[in-house]
Amino acid sequence: MTRAGPRPARRGTVGLALPWPVWVPAVIGFGLIAVPVAGLVVRTDWRDLAALVTTDAARDALWLSLRTGLASTVLCLLLGTPLALVLARSRLPGLPVLRSVVLLPLVLPPVVGGLTLLFLLGRTGPVGQWLAGFGVTVPFSTAAVVIAQTFVAMPFLVVSLEGALRTAGERYEVVAATLGASPLTALRRVTIPVVLPGLVSGSVLAFARALGEFGATIAFAGNLQGTTQTLPLLIYIQSQNDLDGAVAMSLVLVVVAVLVIVATRTRDVSGVR
Amino acid sequence: MSLRSFRRGRLPETRRDGTGLSARVTTRRGDFVLDVAVDVAPGEVVAVLGPNGSGKSTLLGTLAGLHAPEGARVTLGGRTLTDTAAGVAVPAHRRRIGLLSQQALLFPHLSARDNVAFGPRCAGRGRRAAAAAALGCLAEVGVADLADRRPSALSGGQAQRVAIARALAVEPDLLLLDEPFAALDVDAAPAVRSVLRRVVRDTGQTTLLVTHDVLDAVVLADRLVVLAGGRVVEQGPTAEVLARPRSAFAARIAGLDLVPGTASAEGLVTPDGGSVHGTASEAVAPGEPAVAVFAPSAVAVHRERPGGSPRNVLPVRLAALEPRGEVVRLRAAASPAGPPWADGLAADVTPAAVAELGVEPGDDLWFAVKATEVSVHPRRR
Repeated sequence: MTRAGPRPARRGTVGLALPWPVWVPAVIGFGLIAVPVAGLVVRTDWRDLAALVTTDAARDALWLSLRTGLASTVLCLLLGTPLALVLARSRLPGLPVLRSVVLLPLVLPPVVGGLTLLFLLGRTGPVGQWLAGFGVTVPFSTAAVVIAQTFVAMPFLVVSLEGALRTAGERYEVVAATLGASPLTALRRVTIPVVLPGLVSGSVLAFARALGEFGATIAFAGNLQGTTQTLPLLIYIQSQNDLDGAVAMSLVLVVVAVLVIVATRTRDVSGVR
Repeated sequence: MSLRSFRRGRLPETRRDGTGLSARVTTRRGDFVLDVAVDVAPGEVVAVLGPNGSGKSTLLGTLAGLHAPEGARVTLGGRTLTDTAAGVAVPAHRRRIGLLSQQALLFPHLSARDNVAFGPRCAGRGRRAAAAAALGCLAEVGVADLADRRPSALSGGQAQRVAIARALAVEPDLLLLDEPFAALDVDAAPAVRSVLRRVVRDTGQTTLLVTHDVLDAVVLADRLVVLAGGRVVEQGPTAEVLARPRSAFAARIAGLDLVPGTASAEGLVTPDGGSVHGTASEAVAPGEPAVAVFAPSAVAVHRERPGGSPRNVLPVRLAALEPRGEVVRLRAAASPAGPPWADGLAADVTPAAVAELGVEPGDDLWFAVKATEVSVHPRRR
């Protein structure tokens, strides 16, 4: 099957030469990212690696990170997809303001995000008080971890999906309507499949962001092993006393991150049909 | 299964009560005022011709239910679809109005078959019945062998054929054609046009075509509505409007000489038994209604009957001289010595040639056209 969409240039294409001032900062920039990660690999205590990443705390943290990361990705999909649809397709007044609010977590320090959640859902907060009436306490629970991660990760999904929706435009929905498809049918059978690559890459980005979440989690959910201590939190705590353990754990996160990037890159090349 | 039997097999209650489409649209965009009334009888194909900005797309959008103009009343088959005065606005998906535009816009994630089956599925048919119907429709437009292909693996002409099958598979009460061949390359357009012409005729599909290509209108339409500056400046049977354009725009788009008749082996036979030599540009069987088309610039004008190679030579009487930029257009009337269909033909010659010939309205002249300059197209009725 032939595929539309961007493809890397192959033999035979002759690019224009880049001006030389581009190369030096480019190399420095690449080094800034690559060298520390390489250093991490060098610094790793490979002999004790297995033992270091299978301690109780490490296993708990990894398992918790994966569970909460997946849960918040699902939440992002359930809430972020409709949000992106509203931003891309509706004609609401004040849409630019709405969009700025949705993008706020991208620029806000995550700790601040965690604190705002705590003020809202904490025992003395307006919603927290009301929830306490039903015997529900959110802060410092696994649910709080999921909420904090969703808070910081959702904009990634919304931005990615809104872009895909705008690129696709409304023309396919118009055709679907003239073929008798109700708006819901058109959404289900045309819009979502057409923007699926954007939806997938948005979800992967959101999952990656949730997995690395630190600031909002520690502010809103605390640091309890097995309940709220995710991998990044454990790494930070360990780096204070057991550096080898922290390095080993970091390597695990790097591997997961690389897998995520590989997954999205392959989508980029082959996913747009 | 052919399109026709597919249509007969389904929806016996189809709402075709003999009233067709009746649309009146008035809207204002800045200084531009659109005020148009268009009617299409059941089974009729009407072409709306107009320059850019004449309001064609607003008209189409209003009919399809995509625009909400200030004032509009649209009824189709006895159903009121839009009535701004009464606050009626039936949503696009309940109008039973199909749309075929320049781009095929096949759903990229579905095979050709599933694209065509999409409409029948929305109408509540089962997966298997819809797929079988889709295959029948694809066969009807000559691309059954491409049923399993994805749109990205289809050429422009193939994709547009699939789009035709998809639009007709839902048996719309009205089919809107929005410059359906404009994006096709010149090699693909005649074949697709001829497929569309055949299926539209075979199924008796009520159709409104919007175009600026006079050839589309000639091949497909029974009747022509000419739009300019937001209003209808002219309408009537296609051949009549093009032979005797009364508006400036119609005269300009009719910048082609058209001779209606029936197709023959040599080209075309006119109703009075004369013949026009030319070559068929798309499939047209001898005896079928056809039209011979040539450019006024391909017409040579002579005082005396010319000898030599031109196959088409006819006496005419000069009706008018129209200066148009670099050339002068000689507009012919029928001569007592010549065929009646010479009436309205145009020849473009240089001002120098006009001076040399020393012609004036009322003069008897000869028009000559080489057979290679004449193309023969099928036409409606």
